Amino acid sequence: MDIFLQQIINGVTLGAVYAVVALGYTMVYGIIQLINFAHGELVMIGALVAYSVLQILDPGGLPPAARLPLALVAAAATCMTLGWLMERLAYRPLRGAPRLAPLITAIGVSILLQHLALMIWGRSPISFPALVASETYVVAGAAITNVQIGILATSTALMAGLALLIYGSRLGTAMRATAQDPAVAGLMGIDADRIVALTFLIGAALAAVAGVMVAGYYGIAHYTMGAPLGLKAFCAAVLGGIGNVPGAMLGGLVLGVVEALGAGYIGDLTGNVFGSNYQDVFAFIVLILVLVLRPSGLLGERVGDRA
Amino acid sequence: MTRSRHVGTGTVAVAARLVLSGCSEEKKPVAQAADLEIRIGHVAPLTGSIAHLGKDNEQGALLAIQEANATRITIGGRPARFVLVPEDDQADPKTGTTVAQKLVDSKVAGVVGHLNSGTSIPASAVYNGAGIPMISGSATNPQLTEQGFKAVFRVVGRDDQQGPAIASYLAASARPKLVAIIDDATAYGEGLANEVEKTLKAAHVQVLPREKGDDRRSDWKAVLTKIKGRRPDAVFYGGMDATGGPLLKQARELAIKSVFAFGDGACTDKMQELAGEAADGLLCSQAGIPPAAASKKFLDAYKARFKADPILYAPFTYDATLLLVEAIRKADSPDPAKYLPVLQKIEYAGATGRISFDDKGDRKDAEMTIFTMKGGKLAPIAIIKQGQTIKFEDFMAQAGAAAPAPAAQAPAAAGDGKK
Amino acid sequence: MRPRAALRRDSRLLAAGIVLTAVALAALPFALAGIGTAWVRITNLAILFALLALGLNIVVGFAGLLDLGYIAFYAVGAYAYALLASPQFGIHWPFWVTLPIGALVAAVFGVLLGAPTLKLRGDYLAIVTLGFGEIVRIFLNNLGSPVNITNGPRGIARIDGLRIGEFDFSSADTLFGLVVSGPIKYYYLLLAALVAVIFVSVRLQNSRVGRAWEAVREDEIAARAAGIDTTRVKLLAFAMGASFGGVAGGMFAAIQGFISPESFVLVESIMVLSMVVLGGMGNVGGVVLGALLLSFVPEVLRFTVGPMQRQLFGRMIVEPEVIRMLLFGLALVLIMTLRPGGLWPSAVRRRELSLRGGASGPLR
Repeated sequence: MDIFLQQIINGVTLGAVYAVVALGYTMVYGIIQLINFAHGELVMIGALVAYSVLQILDPGGLPPAARLPLALVAAAATCMTLGWLMERLAYRPLRGAPRLAPLITAIGVSILLQHLALMIWGRSPISFPALVASETYVVAGAAITNVQIGILATSTALMAGLALLIYGSRLGTAMRATAQDPAVAGLMGIDADRIVALTFLIGAALAAVAGVMVAGYYGIAHYTMGAPLGLKAFCAAVLGGIGNVPGAMLGGLVLGVVEALGAGYIGDLTGNVFGSNYQDVFAFIVLILVLVLRPSGLLGERVGDRA
Repeated sequence: MTRSRHVGTGTVAVAARLVLSGCSEEKKPVAQAADLEIRIGHVAPLTGSIAHLGKDNEQGALLAIQEANATRITIGGRPARFVLVPEDDQADPKTGTTVAQKLVDSKVAGVVGHLNSGTSIPASAVYNGAGIPMISGSATNPQLTEQGFKAVFRVVGRDDQQGPAIASYLAASARPKLVAIIDDATAYGEGLANEVEKTLKAAHVQVLPREKGDDRRSDWKAVLTKIKGRRPDAVFYGGMDATGGPLLKQARELAIKSVFAFGDGACTDKMQELAGEAADGLLCSQAGIPPAAASKKFLDAYKARFKADPILYAPFTYDATLLLVEAIRKADSPDPAKYLPVLQKIEYAGATGRISFDDKGDRKDAEMTIFTMKGGKLAPIAIIKQGQTIKFEDFMAQAGAAAPAPAAQAPAAAGDGKK
Repeated sequence: MRPRAALRRDSRLLAAGIVLTAVALAALPFALAGIGTAWVRITNLAILFALLALGLNIVVGFAGLLDLGYIAFYAVGAYAYALLASPQFGIHWPFWVTLPIGALVAAVFGVLLGAPTLKLRGDYLAIVTLGFGEIVRIFLNNLGSPVNITNGPRGIARIDGLRIGEFDFSSADTLFGLVVSGPIKYYYLLLAALVAVIFVSVRLQNSRVGRAWEAVREDEIAARAAGIDTTRVKLLAFAMGASFGGVAGGMFAAIQGFISPESFVLVESIMVLSMVVLGGMGNVGGVVLGALLLSFVPEVLRFTVGPMQRQLFGRMIVEPEVIRMLLFGLALVLIMTLRPGGLWPSAVRRRELSLRGGASGPLR
């Protein structure tokens, strides 16, 4: 039983990481039905910028608690600048173009960001400093660290904040209006371009936070770390119903738990014919089943109707 | 192969260099228009997720080329100048064959590479078809040398050489009853893990069903939790340091007390950085003799030149490059048809130990070294040679008393060069 | 009505054009080999990717179904060929058996993918196809144990090349004093395959099925109302597209002589999709153009970036492999923003683009 509880804790933490990255995907998608495939790269840039700031401040003798906010601010500022540029140069010119055109520019932007990062931070995996001294607590036979608790708290707070922004503020109302019908929103005096740009900025800031969280948790950062994470987060966003903020959170958690339980129990359930090597297969099969039964995800309503 | 073409490009290159740089730092009075330019290709991924290892390989080869040039070798009575032609195969098999063909087209005398087995195998067919020797410093998949290609070699131990070494050491030292094995589902990681499993089972150690991740995974907690429930005495991981570091760290977070053993991909100083204190007590193996015993000269030169320690396979690509140079020097010709027979029979003392090849092109009785992580540093504890385990201190004592340590014999020393 | 003489002149011009193109294409590999045999290999890979792109174009361009796991069919075709023509099982069947088997197996996989996803649309379909592609790759990577079928990540080596009787495509021959290398022989074979696939594509597009695909693409509900069996039509698109991929995969296995799961990763799917979209979705010519362009650009950069820097600055400033990737990324962004419908869009797309006009307003 303690093993099962441990797997749930593992899955929920992993899921929280997916969820925060998924929030960025889903927000942008909610507004302009665009899958920003370069979002994972922003997570990577966020992590690496934070790393550099932490390194620069290290000899200054500042305690970690003081260095972290500075690193976060720098990472967020960089990612927001990049996010804004990305929207302006690679996506805005393509509004009204066929649906798949921005997909190609997103891939182009991904390649660009990855190799810029390679030039700046080099090819080696970078060991990311521990942000807080790790402490392990044992609850009912299962281990949980303070870092894991921090990740859960941060991602819950981010999700709540985002939900509040979207469903409780004037800006959020404008965003939802733009998402529903940009033309009518325009008639109501909403500057759609501004709203889209703002969405990208918020998404980029979230990516920066996610990057610091991921790198801090695993203690490693690398210029190729964005793509696999982005892929899983994208799956989480779709699983929850893309475009839906609580859906991204739920999708992330479900995916994380499914992966953990998959790795933990497929082997025993199949007499070791299949093992943890089929963890991703198991996750994708769950994803496909959910989508076949609920074609617009767990919490989604709207359906994009063509490729 | 037309020699005139070599000379032609060589002449132009030298002339251009003289014009462009006027006086270059490595100015050599010997560098006349009659220089024989000998090009050696090097292929490894320089972009993508293991690009750092690719660059490491390339730097090892580059260092070897510079040292070879410093010894002023003459071939066929003419001063030879070796030039490295670096290529990026992106760890992609189809790009691997394209760059292989590019090197064949540009008439390189030999090739060092590729890094991955997956690119080395299809590329080897291209080189072999053109009769150009290739020596990989890092491809461990047995299939590479099982194709019957005469011009294909490797200086790194095969999976089935390294796996038994670490496994038998683990079995002998930690005396585990139950071992868990994890791999990263790559040709390297799985291949190594399979060999470890075979050896352990032969030693009557019980092995849990295999657990797997992938080469970009950073979250190993689910797999580790499952393993924890089985309480193994030891855990072996076949994979690289970028995944092995987080794995080890998370294992300790989950309070797994087992002994951890890794292969050479995760037997780097990076482990300490990535896993922190959790890395202490780790056992791991590297093919060849540890730098402390063999070639401090190489290590120092690398550090001086690139301002960093070699990561993993640089000593092997360094040796592979110097092997080509040595064979060309002995045959007195950069023509593969002439120096290939020399290469097949070569006896050479390199940075990674004594090197000679068997009929397939694999390295004969490659030595393996077992390390342990102590206070943040990898320390050698034993050498495994022809199935024999020798304690590291004993090995050093033997080496000091008997034959000169391999390091003492500089590759292609200047005195030999005049012939 | 034009006079018959003019018509005859036109058809003569057309014939002359075709003959000239054919001669040029036939002479091309020898010209390329003059620069370097590497270029023949690059061309071969480009044609192979054109085959793949044409297959994907049936699914994405004709029927409008977004597929992010297309490379799975390529993988299935490659493995089918490899398992039936290598020492893995000691089977060495000739290619006229293995290639069709590969196409057939791929088509079955296409239907397997298509059947459960008929109700899904747009991005939800994209993620399911992506998952499918990954599932296939993971299985190939893991079927080395407990029973060794695919040899896992170590891949299958020593795959037979294509041969007809005594004529071996993989080795060099001398014909009339002309050395014809292995890659050159494969070039002709691939070119023939490309011509055949282009022909089939164009015929399909203008056939009854092609019009049904178009109807489904534009409005599925209306198509069903018009009496089109949308289920059958969509499954047919998946199966046809997959079989093209299967054939290309088989040829890839034969040419390479070695395959392993790392050749069939998600990035490859995305690359093929980029070729389709960048060239011009739905337009056969555009798709071929896109495939050739995206295959050649990185290689041209590989050959030019290093020497160019040396010439301009006298030394390397940025490592050539990095600048190559940067330029490639930049090219994708620039081409797409300058030509949002692709380089050579289909007539329908062109009309849509000009009707919608302007670049204001979010995506539909």
